[in-house]
Amino acid sequence: MPKHSKPTATFMSTPTPSQLRTNADLRQLQRTMAAALMQPLTRKDGLATSTQVDFITPNDRMSGFERLEIYARQYWFRLLDCLYDDYPALRVLLGERRFHQLCRDYLAQHPSTSWTLRNLGSALPAFLTEIKARDVARVEWAQTLAFDEALKKPLRIDDLLGSDPSTLHLGLQPCVVLLQIDHAVDHFITAMKKADADVRGSASQAMSEAPTRASIAKAPRLKRERVHLAVHRHDNTLYFKRLAPESFAMLAALRDGLTLADAIEVALAEASPDTDWPAQIRDWFTEFSQLGWFIKSPHKS
Amino acid sequence: MPTNPYNGQTDLGIGLGLRVPHYRHILEKKPVCDWFEIISENFMVDGGRPLEILDSILEQYRVVQHGVAMYFGNADPLNRDHLKKLKRLVKRTNTPWLSDHLCWGSVDGRCSHDLLPMPYTLSVAKHTAEKIRQARDFLEVPICVENVSSYAEFTQNEMTEWEFLNEVVERADCGILLDVNNIYVSSQNHGFDPFEYLRAVPHHRVGQIHIAGHTRLDHVILDTHDHPVPDPVWELYAAAIQNTGSTATLLEWDDKIPSFDDVHAEALKANRYLHEHTHA
Ligand SMILES: [Fe+2]
Repeated sequence: MPKHSKPTATFMSTPTPSQLRTNADLRQLQRTMAAALMQPLTRKDGLATSTQVDFITPNDRMSGFERLEIYARQYWFRLLDCLYDDYPALRVLLGERRFHQLCRDYLAQHPSTSWTLRNLGSALPAFLTEIKARDVARVEWAQTLAFDEALKKPLRIDDLLGSDPSTLHLGLQPCVVLLQIDHAVDHFITAMKKADADVRGSASQAMSEAPTRASIAKAPRLKRERVHLAVHRHDNTLYFKRLAPESFAMLAALRDGLTLADAIEVALAEASPDTDWPAQIRDWFTEFSQLGWFIKSPHKS
Repeated sequence: MPTNPYNGQTDLGIGLGLRVPHYRHILEKKPVCDWFEIISENFMVDGGRPLEILDSILEQYRVVQHGVAMYFGNADPLNRDHLKKLKRLVKRTNTPWLSDHLCWGSVDGRCSHDLLPMPYTLSVAKHTAEKIRQARDFLEVPICVENVSSYAEFTQNEMTEWEFLNEVVERADCGILLDVNNIYVSSQNHGFDPFEYLRAVPHHRVGQIHIAGHTRLDHVILDTHDHPVPDPVWELYAAAIQNTGSTATLLEWDDKIPSFDDVHAEALKANRYLHEHTHA
């Protein structure tokens, strides 16, 4: 994401043009209106009273201020809803109030810079300072990526036979996201979904509306634990898969462009000598290629 | 009628917006429906469930693309990344025409994700028309622009909304997606006669019509698409098709979405008007 300044920074200083003769005039009007909409709402979800509204005509029922306020609320509620959809587990972890405030603070500093709302929450994990919350957010953002990133033509194990490991480069499917985290977020999300499904089951038709603002499930315990996780899509369903630290390191190194030989060296740098690693590596390759995780390297081959 | 250059010389009947709660019903029951309108941006992704669903729908139904993020009215130039992905989707769906809104939505790369109203001036109309031409030349598919509902008007306005719409579509030589609910909502919010608006629209350019419901609050009507089509909107629809002829019509229902059959039944009410008000 590009660096942002607060959207209020340039606001108020430039008057809107009274006539629109050039594209620059139009841009100035749009800048002023966008800044008004994107500034944080007041505690009562209103437009800040200091907002310049001289570019909006009042009618017999509403002032220019009130008319602009409709758009400001629409802007904030739409974007907040999107974060609610994308980060349900973070919401459960933090509780309603903290999560809501977090979303407002985040959006004030990271307004959308993409034509698609899909990317709105991309910078939220890095925005969080608390490690627990950041781990949960990283996994949820990985789910967003795994959901609709490309599935490229997978390499089969036969495609790899006979290759020289010292020159072989392999890529990883874009819809497979690797994460090293310090909490069992995968178990947390699974438990949360189960609790949520139980609640929904008993409430029958009452839950037919979008779940966004539905009452918040009680947070399951989030255990501290070093986890090497793959968030991936298979047959268009999302899965978590826990990996051994060594296979995780090998996949990450391959993804980052190392040759197979170098990736294995990195992966086994601190590995125990008691394991039969050649056999272990063969097993990994069988498993990961069955899952379709390997693709032609975007780096070189 | 009316096949025309703006709807790719097609003659589609009554369609529905393709929405997530109906996916399963459509794929399992394969209900009869003339066509589906998709929100382009929901399918401008690289893979996964959305494209799988779309491909299944495309095997059995005609699909027309409706976009929400082209922002012809932005002062900024068209977004190249968006256009490229949109073109890729156009090739996938083979959409006979493509629509987006006569609005703006982002500036300096910051996006509101809303359909913000235009200031109605000649210079803005020229600028907007030029961008519609650029988009059509790149996408190589007819474009219809949709009138939006609005809650605010600019002090800089030099003309009415329908005069602005006319300026834009004549200069761009493009089609119109006439949303009669939006005309009604805006007429109530701004105090104009919706029938005057309808009379002024260049009827031969209307490639598609939207109908929808809205929400009336104390001082303003909001374009919520969460109700059946109310009577005043049906009246406008009847008046519109008297002029345009039997035009591809789509019901928008985007919130508090009832069952597929209920939404479809509401849309098919349009047939009554089509028979009464147009000559088959
Ligand atoms: Fe519409």
